[in-house]
Amino acid sequence: MKLDPAIRDQVLGTVPSLRAFAISLCGNIDRADDLVQETLLRALAHIDSFQPGTNMPAWLFTILRNLFRSEYRKRRREVEDADGRHAETLKSHPEQTGRVELEEFRAALSKLPSDQREALILVGASGFSYDDAAAICGCAVGTIKSRVNRARTRLADLLAIDSVDDFGPDRATRAVLAGGGRS
Amino acid sequence: MGEWGKNEMKHRNTNLDPVDPVSEKPEGRDGMARPAKPEARLGREVQARIGQQLRAIYDDVVNQGVPSHLADLVRRLSEQDQD
Repeated sequence: MKLDPAIRDQVLGTVPSLRAFAISLCGNIDRADDLVQETLLRALAHIDSFQPGTNMPAWLFTILRNLFRSEYRKRRREVEDADGRHAETLKSHPEQTGRVELEEFRAALSKLPSDQREALILVGASGFSYDDAAAICGCAVGTIKSRVNRARTRLADLLAIDSVDDFGPDRATRAVLAGGGRS
Repeated sequence: MGEWGKNEMKHRNTNLDPVDPVSEKPEGRDGMARPAKPEARLGREVQARIGQQLRAIYDDVVNQGVPSHLADLVRRLSEQDQD
């Protein structure tokens, strides 16, 4: 029997946000697309375990996250991804929010511990409920809430520091001023 | 192709609870009691900005839609007989 077109369309409809989530995990668009592809292969091979009428995005996000945890995370080099490569994936962002402002935000986001960043993105950007986010991450709802709160507090701190610097020397100059030992 | 965009992504909004800058409790719900430091009281403006920028980054990717190689993959696999 072929796959129900309605189910297929639910899968297709989730791909854009699945990619956005994957990029936030991998920090790199090519690896993110590999991860999404692997997720789709896995999901469609096990489509029987999806209960029609339940939350397709949550099901696919769970598969993707588990794949990432088991295979991709080991290979990830956080330091490399933190500023440079992650930022590269974002060149095409819309102009309505200031470009510099978004880059600063991205840099701040990359400084969060990965579990906090993940929780914040699932709830704040993907639009999942706290319950769904907890199911996706395999943890308690209270854990998601406290990760989200810590993420927001930390981001607010980082952004407050940055906004003070808006009136000061630019980033490169700051790096030189602050760098001291780095050459 | 129809409805998938609408039906599936209905949940696409933010579910961040508003943070009350004044009354955030010391809370120990998760067994992680900590004092209510001033830093934990986030201004609404800052929070609104965080939410907005988070979605700007995310939606930048979402708005790219489905890359053709992934759409082809899903269509091809969905035409195969399921076990």
